[in-house]
Amino acid sequence: MSSPVSLLPLEFEAPGVHSFDLPPIFESAPWFDKYMLQAVVSVILIMAFWLIMARKNALVPSKGQYIGETAYFFVRNTIARDMIGHDFRRYLPLLIALFSFILVNNIWGVFPFTLLPTAAHVGWPYGLALLVWVIFNGVGIAKHGFFGYLKHATLPSGVPVFMWPLIIPLEFVSNILVRPMTLSLRLFANMFAGHLLVLVFVLGGEYLLLHSESIINMVAGVVGLIFSMAIFGLEIFVQSLQAFIFTVLTAQYISSSLAEEH
Amino acid sequence: MTAMEIVGSLGIVGYGLGAIGPGIGVGLIFASVIQGTARQPEARGAMMGTAWIGFAVTEALAIIGIALAFVFGFTGQA
Repeated sequence: MSSPVSLLPLEFEAPGVHSFDLPPIFESAPWFDKYMLQAVVSVILIMAFWLIMARKNALVPSKGQYIGETAYFFVRNTIARDMIGHDFRRYLPLLIALFSFILVNNIWGVFPFTLLPTAAHVGWPYGLALLVWVIFNGVGIAKHGFFGYLKHATLPSGVPVFMWPLIIPLEFVSNILVRPMTLSLRLFANMFAGHLLVLVFVLGGEYLLLHSESIINMVAGVVGLIFSMAIFGLEIFVQSLQAFIFTVLTAQYISSSLAEEH
Repeated sequence: MTAMEIVGSLGIVGYGLGAIGPGIGVGLIFASVIQGTARQPEARGAMMGTAWIGFAVTEALAIIGIALAFVFGFTGQA
C-alpha cells in the first residue's frame, strides 16, 4: 500500500554530531553562528531583567517584583548562604550571573524559535568551567597562599606520612584537574544528549509518518511525535536542574577553597 | 561469500557498560531518601534537595557516556 501523501521516499538521515554543526549567519563573520546569537541575546535579556529588578523597590511587591525577588532569594539562600557561609556576599554576583546565564541558554533548547541549547556546543561549557576553575583556585590562593592552598587542597588533615605519596597525587588530580572537566562535561553532555533525543523522536517520527509505506509505521510515527512532547517536558526539567547543579557545585568549590582548617 | 562482519558502534556498547554504575548509584541515592523519609518524615525537604544534587552528579557519568558514544563511537567507520 503506497503512502497517501505523495512525497518521494527519502533515505532516513539519522541525527548525530553533524546535526549540531550550524552555518554562520553572516558570511563575513564566520564565528557568528546561531550559538553566538543565542548567547548574545541571552546576555541582553539577563542584564535587562536584573537591572529592572534592581530598580523597583516597592515595599509591597507587585507580581513582577515578586518573581524577581523569588529568583534572587533562591540563589542567595539556597545556594550561596547555605554553601559558602558567612562570606557569601562577595560571590553572590558570580553565582547569580552563572545561574541566569546557564538557565536562559538551556531554555533556548525548548523555546519555540530557537530550539537549540547553547551548551550543546562544547565550547560554551568549557568557557564557563574555565572561569569557575580560575575563580575557585584564585580564591584559595588569595586566602592561603600558593603552597598553603596546594597543601589545603591535596592533604586532608590527619593523614599519616606514609600515605602522602598516595594521597597527594590522587587528591591533586581529583580536586584541581578533574573538577573543571566534569563540570563542563556534565553540562555539555546533558544538553547534547537531550537535544539528540529530541531530534531522534521528532525526525524519526516525521520520517515514519510521511515517508514510510505501511500504516503501522505511520501510527508509530504519530506516537513518536506525541512522545517527543513528553521528551520536551523532560528536557525542561533536565535543563533547569543542570543550571542549578552548575551553580551549586561552583558554590561548593568556592566554599571548600575558603574552608578553615579544623 | 564474505565473512560475517559485525558492524555498529563500539561506543554504544561502551555506554551500555558505563550505565551500570550510575544506575546503581542513583538507585542507592533514592533508596536512602525513601528510607530516611520513612524514619523521619519531617526531614523530607532537606533530604530531597540533597538527593537531587547527588542525582545530577551521579547521572553526569551516564550522560557523558551517551554523548561521547556519539562523538567518538563512529571512528574507523566510513
